Formats: sequence, structure tokens, C-alpha cells
Amino acid sequence: MGFEGIGASVRRREDLRFVSGRGTYTDDINRPGQLYAVILRSPHAHARIRGIDTAAAKAAPGVAAVFTGDEMAADGVGGLPCGWQVKNKDGTPMAEPPHPVLAVGKVRHVGDPVAVVIAETRSRARDAAELISVDYEVLPAVPTLEAAQKPGAPLVHDGVAGNICYDWHLGDKDAVDAAFAKAHKVARLELVNNRLIPNAMEPRAAVGEFDPMSGEYTLYTTSQNPHVIRLLMGAFVLHIPEHKLRVVAPDVGGGFGSKIYHYAEEAIVTWAAGKLKRPVKWTADRAESFMSDAHGRDHVTVAEMALDRDGRFLALRVRTQANMGAYLSTFAPCVPTYLYATLLAGVYTTPAIYAEVKAVFTNSVPVDAYRGAGRPEATFLLERLVDICALEMGMDRVEIRRRNFIPASAFPYQTPVALQYDSGDYTATLDACLKAADWAGFEARRAEAKRRGKLRGIGISTYIEACGIAPSAVVGSLGARAGLYEVANIRVNPTGSITVFTGTHSHGQGHETTFAQLIADQFGVPMSQVEIVHGDTARIPFGMGTYGSRSIAVGGSAMVKAAEKIIAKGKRIAAHLLEASADDIEFKDGKFQVAGTDRAKTLAEVSLAAYVPHNYPIEELEPGLEETAFYDPKNFTYPGGCHICEVEIDPDTGVVEVVNFTAVDDVGRVINPMIVEGQIQGGVAQGIGQALLETCVYDADGQLLSGSMMDYTMPRADDLPNITVGTAITLCTHNPLGVKGCGEVGAIGSPPAVIGAVVDALKDYGVRHLDMPATPHRLWQIINANRPRMAAE
Amino acid sequence: MPKVSLTVNGKPASAEVENRTLLVELLREHLRLTGTHVGCDTSQCGACVVHVNGASVKSCTMLAVQCEGAEVVTIEGLAAPDGTLHPMQEAFREYHALQCGFCTPGMVMSAIDLVQRNPQGLSDREIREGLEGNLCRCTGYHNIVRAIAAAQQVMHGKVKELPRAAE
Amino acid sequence: MYDFAYHRPSSVADAVKLLAADPDAKVMSGGMTLIPTLKQRLARPSAIIDLSGIQDLVGISVSASAVTIKAMTTHAAVASSAEVRKAIPALAEMAAHIGDAQVRNRGTLGGSIANHDPAADYPAAVLALGATVHTNTRRIAADDFFTGMFSTALAADEIVTAVEFPIPEKAAYVKFPNPASRYAMVGVFVAKGPAGVRVAITGAGANGVFRHHAMEEALARNWSPDALEGVGTDQEGLNGDIHASKEYRAHLVGVMAKRAVAKAG
Repeated sequence: MGFEGIGASVRRREDLRFVSGRGTYTDDINRPGQLYAVILRSPHAHARIRGIDTAAAKAAPGVAAVFTGDEMAADGVGGLPCGWQVKNKDGTPMAEPPHPVLAVGKVRHVGDPVAVVIAETRSRARDAAELISVDYEVLPAVPTLEAAQKPGAPLVHDGVAGNICYDWHLGDKDAVDAAFAKAHKVARLELVNNRLIPNAMEPRAAVGEFDPMSGEYTLYTTSQNPHVIRLLMGAFVLHIPEHKLRVVAPDVGGGFGSKIYHYAEEAIVTWAAGKLKRPVKWTADRAESFMSDAHGRDHVTVAEMALDRDGRFLALRVRTQANMGAYLSTFAPCVPTYLYATLLAGVYTTPAIYAEVKAVFTNSVPVDAYRGAGRPEATFLLERLVDICALEMGMDRVEIRRRNFIPASAFPYQTPVALQYDSGDYTATLDACLKAADWAGFEARRAEAKRRGKLRGIGISTYIEACGIAPSAVVGSLGARAGLYEVANIRVNPTGSITVFTGTHSHGQGHETTFAQLIADQFGVPMSQVEIVHGDTARIPFGMGTYGSRSIAVGGSAMVKAAEKIIAKGKRIAAHLLEASADDIEFKDGKFQVAGTDRAKTLAEVSLAAYVPHNYPIEELEPGLEETAFYDPKNFTYPGGCHICEVEIDPDTGVVEVVNFTAVDDVGRVINPMIVEGQIQGGVAQGIGQALLETCVYDADGQLLSGSMMDYTMPRADDLPNITVGTAITLCTHNPLGVKGCGEVGAIGSPPAVIGAVVDALKDYGVRHLDMPATPHRLWQIINANRPRMAAE
Repeated sequence: MPKVSLTVNGKPASAEVENRTLLVELLREHLRLTGTHVGCDTSQCGACVVHVNGASVKSCTMLAVQCEGAEVVTIEGLAAPDGTLHPMQEAFREYHALQCGFCTPGMVMSAIDLVQRNPQGLSDREIREGLEGNLCRCTGYHNIVRAIAAAQQVMHGKVKELPRAAE
Repeated sequence: MYDFAYHRPSSVADAVKLLAADPDAKVMSGGMTLIPTLKQRLARPSAIIDLSGIQDLVGISVSASAVTIKAMTTHAAVASSAEVRKAIPALAEMAAHIGDAQVRNRGTLGGSIANHDPAADYPAAVLALGATVHTNTRRIAADDFFTGMFSTALAADEIVTAVEFPIPEKAAYVKFPNPASRYAMVGVFVAKGPAGVRVAITGAGANGVFRHHAMEEALARNWSPDALEGVGTDQEGLNGDIHASKEYRAHLVGVMAKRAVAKAG
């Protein structure tokens, strides 16, 4: 056994089952007597439902039931709740229209669920779904931000005037206006943050089951947070008390945010299982994923930076429109507000910031958090604007960043947009990245590429994110309807092995390994003695789940707190066994030892005494050795770093090749470097995907043109470069491990570096900025339009 | 209903299926070999790749009835009876070439076919191009490429043991 | 997928008989396009006539003047055939880049050309090389075979049995793949051979593969990439979609053609 504690690249223990085909994903679960659900979805972006005739479908072979929205509503099924309420500038609450599980009266996006068919096989259900006749009165659609805000635009929800969900702001408008009034220069940028479709490789699935004897429901689902699903679905949608509802999220094939939310299909299969007294399974096909998984991003923004004579940032003004889609997904309102505008200081000392955000309903799939959630949008805006500032000032892109960095000596640092950063050293990550990427040698590479007929460019991004979400009281004051603590239950078994029950959920992050390393380290036992259990509300006390790079920072901290309780109790047991004072016992290397002596009891001896309490301080202590901790973080954590990208463009075709990508990130203490690197590489791949390949396209009628992998460009192996990852860390100061989180940094830091590189490659073509994705088609259009000018020069 | 008889992972298997039943449905629903996954419906993602008569195919794009008499190998059939992993499986584990694991079975099956068809050895670029039919959303492919590059050395007998990834 | 009857005849004659008896039946070769189409319920054939049981439809033969590939020969077999690589390297090279490895292991020449997907690769090779399509009843010249998008000269009960490719002096294929699907957004096959200089374009045309006569004339005068400088492509009749406008496709036709000529040497 090699070193396997904190800092070791231990191979993942979950991988044996995954490389052997023995994982258990939701669709792998089959319950006796199971039926299959197929959802009939709206082909229209906006239509009134005049009537639904399900008679033929009900009579079709193998069909057990067909249900519509009216029938579910009549049975008391509630709408899908929204977990965050944002307030308007005037303090009034946002518009929060109903979100029925199956459409009632109207459909509002292509893919809106209209009816469910439940049959003996999936094929039978699909056959029958085609027999449902829906009488639609097609209405004009407003699929985009622009269309939805035109004067007199059709309303997505009756009663939501102008399709505005909320009109929100943050920051000091007067201070910003004053700074702009005396600015030496103002840099301005209009940009679009392109809409993305998450496309975790495992399509969503759900299996509902009901036990008529106990009255208990079980839902197996592709979720990042089973307890949250139990809470939302039980309390608001199906009104099943929590003790009668078990939610299991088994192996989950990627989430990236899209599996945080409570989706209609989860409620439908659970409810239908109760109605039919048989298990009901639903599995999305990919086409359904495209039109029913919450999408990401979709902002249109105008940003301005006021600069002084030396290129110092004086003030930032941002106006953003954010597309919510047709309904509010679970956490949608917080994404373009508290996860976005609060990040607009970035790594810079900008003293005054004012942001306005207008959230808009459209006839499109609901938009919610997707890897990074708000922070990639803030980072893209800011880093692109900083490049424009450099242009305006005639300054070097690196120099203007250095000049405006929050210095390492300034922490804790209070930004003008609510956050207080606890630690960081942006110069350190910048310098390490410049060196690793050989920034200084770039011009030679550009010249060499030019000889080969290629346009080479380099781009840089220095960024910060807020994760480790989040202090409950803080988010509560900002509109969250949940706490965002995390829960760990640690059970030292009688013979000394350890079972950890965590409220976080692993869907690719490798928690079973990282957390086992952490626990092994805390207790001084081999990893083989530690088991990590997650994803089952029947086994785990509670939990808020995994998103916002929070698992190690919040969930890991909860484990440390629970471990501290175990050790404190163990000391008292050991003191009794060793006839010493508990104050004299120290716990080290898996042993409770009387300080300064060789008298000691192992963890196993102490736990055995706790479970077989014959010689035990029974008057003072309960038997057993099991503790639970709810850890509520004191602050967000603030990973940051520097990403540098180098591209080559073929001017004949517009094809961009990413030739180098280097990231140096500060993710706080690293438990497992191999896993951290993998997380960052994966995040960068999604960032490159957003920057160069991926985009969701609706036509004017609200039809999804990028509705399959034939039209939505998923990054493939040959689209991507090797991704060089380094770390230069500072410790988080407010959690016990000093950890910050690494799940999203890649997706947050990379897009502006990629676009910066493309813009740099095209600098002779008069390009200042490019929106994403920078596809060959668009680049060729730019190159082609400027060819005559280039020839003339 | 038609009956299809074939060999799966070295053992005879048969099932009554509809003509429209796909090979992947035969494997997952009838034979309960759920290691083969379905990630798309347009034959793009490759999560369903298995070997049919020695060649990698997308089992979502083949009818079960077409496999009458065929030899099918799935991810479950790669390891030796004593549990020793195939070098490609071992390499994926060693090089952290998987995160959520959903694409992994198809990725491993494609990678084995790719390496077997290229005894001359593959460059990193060729490996990337050879993975055109398989999507991974987690890893950014970096470690998948490293894993395949390492596994091919073992599969071609260039080295006895899988080169260890750096700590 | 809707259900259907399934037949796996062991001879072409039996396949034709089945096809003639059932006008709603569909022939399946590799199934690489047909099965996804069926999965999306975009077609509802009464029966599938699977040609994979016909041993007689598999194989490659090379004479001094032609390479003949039987219809059910997979792309992988063509790509890895030493004989094809020697006789018409461009053809093997093209086959090596159709779809992905799994498509190449199942997909066939006959299926590709009979389907005539406007973004398929093989039609460009057939047309540019001036190949002859053999069917169970006749021989069809490439110029007569492709009649429009997803449309060919094949009669309802006619099955492609082989394609005979005259060996060219020079040939090459270069494509620009659709970034998402990886099908050809523009593919250009150039050949100089017994039938003169021929340039076939796939992916770009709204009606499927077509010959680029202006390029052929230019190359007939001077076989070099430079000869194509200024030879435009009419945007009328080209495809435009979210990935590429007609204008961009027309431009790419020129770029790919020059690269193909350079590659052909």
C-alpha cells in the first residue's frame, strides 16, 4: 500500500465497476412487474390545447394507462416549485407562474410534456403515444430574448407583463455614474453568452415504485441531490410525507448541473406507480434530453468599464438580459443574479460596480445552472472586457491585468458586489501559467505558423469563482428557499471499520475515493477500512447534494466535523479504558494515546468497547460510535487562476485548432491531484466546447434546430488538445480542510481564453471581439469580408 | 415472436424478440447485460459499442435478429474468468480515463478494436481521430488518449506490464 | 421503431422476389442510415429485406483497368484492402474516413449509393471515377445513376450488386465534415482517368452529388490547384443550414477541390 492520504493520486475505487460494465445507472434498474412510460411532448413552441383525445391510446395493445395534465391536476398534483425567489428593483417579488408537470391549457415550448402513456413495453407505449390526438391552436412564439421583449410580443404566461420574470440590480449606481463621469476612457462591449445544452452522456431516467402494504414510495432517479428531490417532490408536488418517500440516485452518468433540478418525469413515474400499483420506468431518449433537460447560459449583455489614465479600473456597468425559458426551473432565478453579478469584480480592484439583470420568459426549454452557472457568464464578460480595455488603452493584456489585480496582501477582500474573498494570489497563478504556456515565446510561434499559412493567436483569462455553495443565512437573505449546508454521518463499526454517509452525490467526481482518502487521513486508518455511501435518502440522514463545486468544501467539511465528534467521544472512551483523564488523551495515527506515554487504544479497540460496553463509562456516555454533523459554510470559497489558450486558424476555411491549452488554478488544498486534474480538464473541454463548437439554435417559430447530436456539436476527441493543468494554491481560510473546489473552474476560466486567442489570431482583420461559438463558418465570413482590405494594405 | 440465438461473451444465449428489437435492447433488456449503454438516438455517442464477430459496432444501430449465430462480446466479457482486467480496462483505471463511467464501456470496446486494427501503433493524434464515434462529456479525452496509448503497448506485446501513470 | 417483417434472403434472386412481392418493403444493406431512420419513426416499411445473408454480394476484385467492389462490401474492407490501396488509393482513403469506425464496420458501398444521402461520401467517388453500377438487371453509368437527393435510377425491385471503378491515373478526395454530424458538408472527389477529368461534389448540393463542369474544364487544360483559381461555384442548388450558408459551401467547394488536386499530385 502506497501513500494514500491527502495529496496522493490514489486510483479511483469506483472504477472497477465502471470499467467492468457493472455500474448501476437508473436505466439499469428493473423492478418486478415494471411498466414503461413514454411522454408525449409538444411539437409546437406555443399553443393552446383545445382538447386531448386519449381514447385510442388507452385502447392500444399493452397500454396500462394514459394521463393528461388535467387529470393529474384534478388528483391534486401540484406544479414544479422554484427554489429561489429573486426580487425586483422595487422590492416586489419576481413573477412566478405555475409550472405544471403535464401541460394544462397551453404548451410553452417544443418538448413541453402533454401526456404520459404507460404500457407493458417501451415500444408499445411509444406506439400508443402516436394515437393520442391533441387539438392545438398554434400561437405565435417568442423563443428568443429579442422576440420576447418586442413591444406587443405574445405573452408566454398570461399575466406576466412584457414576459419579464424580474428586473433586478446589484451595486452602487451613483458611485458608478460618478466614476464614469470622470473616466479617462470607457471601454464598451456588447456580447452574447450562447445558450448551451448540457448533454450529460447518461440521459435522464426515473423509476417509480409503490408498496401498497407500507404505503411507501421509492423513486430511482438520475439526480445530483436526492434529498432535495424528496423534499421538493414530496412537499410541493405529490404531497407524500418524507417518511413515506425514498429517493435513490444510484450511479449517475454525469450531471453538470442538468440533474440538480426536480423534473416532471420524476413526479409522473412516482405518482403513476401509486395509481397503478406497479413500478413505472421512464428513460429519456436523446431527442427528449435536448428538449427537456434544463439548458444553460443564454445572456445578452452590454458592459462598460471606466478607466483612469493608468489603465486602472474605476467602475464597471453591466446590463444583462437573461433567458429563463418557458418556466422557472428549480434554481433558475439565482443563476443570472447571485451567481453572476456578484462575480463581476473578478480578480480586480474595481471599486464601483453596478449590474442590472432582466430575466425574460420565452418559448424555449427552461434555462438553469450548467457547469459554472452564472460565473462563466460573468467571467466571459469581464475577461473579454479587460481585453477591450487593453486595446483601448494600448496596453498589454497581461500588464493591464497585473495592474488591476487584488494584491495577495489585501485578503480578506471585500468586493463592491457583496462577496468577501478569503484568500488568493493571482499574480502567482498568472506567473506560473505564463511560464508553463511559454507566453514569452509566442511571437516566434506566431511567425512560424504564418510561414505555414496559419493565423496563430494567444488568449489569456485570469478569473475567480465563488463556490462551496453556500452559507445558508446569506443565501436565505438573497431569496434561497433552502439551506445550503451539508451533512455527514460517520459510523465507526464495532470492529473499527468506518462507514461514511454523505449528503453529497458523486456522478463522476470520484467521491468514493476522495472522501475515503480524507476519512482515512482523519482517522489514521487504511482506505480499505473506509466505505463512502451516497445517493439514498433511506440510508443518509440528509443532504443538499452536489453542484456549485461544493462537495469537498461543504460535504468534506461536514465529514471533518463529524470526525471531530467521533474523536472527542473516542477520547472519553479511551480515557476510561486507560484510566486516564480525557484531557490527556491525544488521537494520532489511528490510536488514542495517553500523552507522553506508550499507553494507547486503537480506534478498533475503542469502537469495540463502545458497542460492547461492558467496561464503559455508561453513566456519562451512550454506547456506540456514530456521529452526524451538519456543516454550514461560513463563506463561499474562491478558486481562481489563469488559463492560456493558443489557436491556429486556417484562413481558407475558418477552421480553428486549439494547439495549446494551459491552466494553472488555485483550488485550495488538493486531496487527490489525479482527480483534480481530471475535473479541470473536463471543465476546460466544456469551455472549449462553448467557445468553439456548441450552441443551441431556435428558429423564429421556436423549433429547436440543434435538437440532436447531428446538429449540436459535441466536442470529440479530435476537437480538443492535450490540456496542461497545474495548480498554485492558497488555502481557504474558513473551512477545516483549506479546500476550495475544482469542479467548475475549467468551464469558467477557459472560454474567454479561447475567444481571446481567436481574436488575437484575427487582429489584423479588424476583429475586437467575437461571440461564441467561433465556428469555421463565422470566422471565414470575417476573414472573407476583410480580405479586400487586407489585400489593399 | 422470432427467436435469436447467439454467443454472448463466450456463452450461448437466446431470446425471443420483436423484429424491431435492437441488439442493445437484446443485451440490456433480455439478457440483462446492462454494461452496454444508450446515450443517444442518432448513432453518434458510441456508449453502446460492442464487438460483433470481432468488429466494433454500435449496438443501437443493429437489429437483434441480424445477430443470429453471431459472436458478441460486451464490456462484461472482457475480463478473464479470474477477474483479471483486459489491459484496456486496466489502463482506463490507471490513467483516470473515466469520470462518470457512462461512456466508458463503449469507449473501451472501441479502443480495443482501434488498437487491434493498428498493430503498427497509433500516435496520440491517430487515437483522437480513431475515437470519432465515441463521445465523453467528462474527461475532455486527455486521459482517455493517454490510457489507450499505454494499453496499446501491452496489447502489442511491447511491454509486459502497463506503464504506470505518473503520480 | 414500428415493427416490420424481417427477411434475410441468401441470394439476390430471392431478395428481388421478396422486394417485387411487397412494394412497402425496404432493402437493408449495412443499415447505418436505415436503422436510425426507423428508430426515429420516419419510415414505416412493411418488411426489411436484409442483404447481409448474401455471401455473393461481398468481395473486391481488381483487373488491369478496374476495381470492382461488390455491394455488401463494408467501408472497412475497402479501406483496408491492399489491392484497392494500390489500384485506387483515393478510394481506399475515402472509405477510411466514412463516418466512424463502427459505421465503417457495418456500412456498405451498395447501401451508401442506393440511399444517395446528399452528405454521403461514396456517391462522389462513383461519379468522379465514372464508375458503372451493376444491378441485378443491368449496368448503369454513374452519370445516370444519381437522380436527386435520396433518389437514384434504381427501379423499385432493383438491387445494386457491385460497382466497377475504372482505375484513374490520378485521384483524390478531400472533405470538410459537418462539425456536429461529421457527414460531408462539402466533399470533393477529383479524378483524371480514362473518362477524362471529372470532379464530383457531395455534401454541398441540395439535390445530392453533382459534377462540377467548370472545374473539370479548367483541370483538363491544366491539372493543378492553381488552375482552379477563380473557378466559381454557383450557389443556386447548394444547401444552406445552421452550419454553413450556401456562400460558405460554395467557397469550401473551391478550397476542397484545390486541396484534392494537390493531394492527387
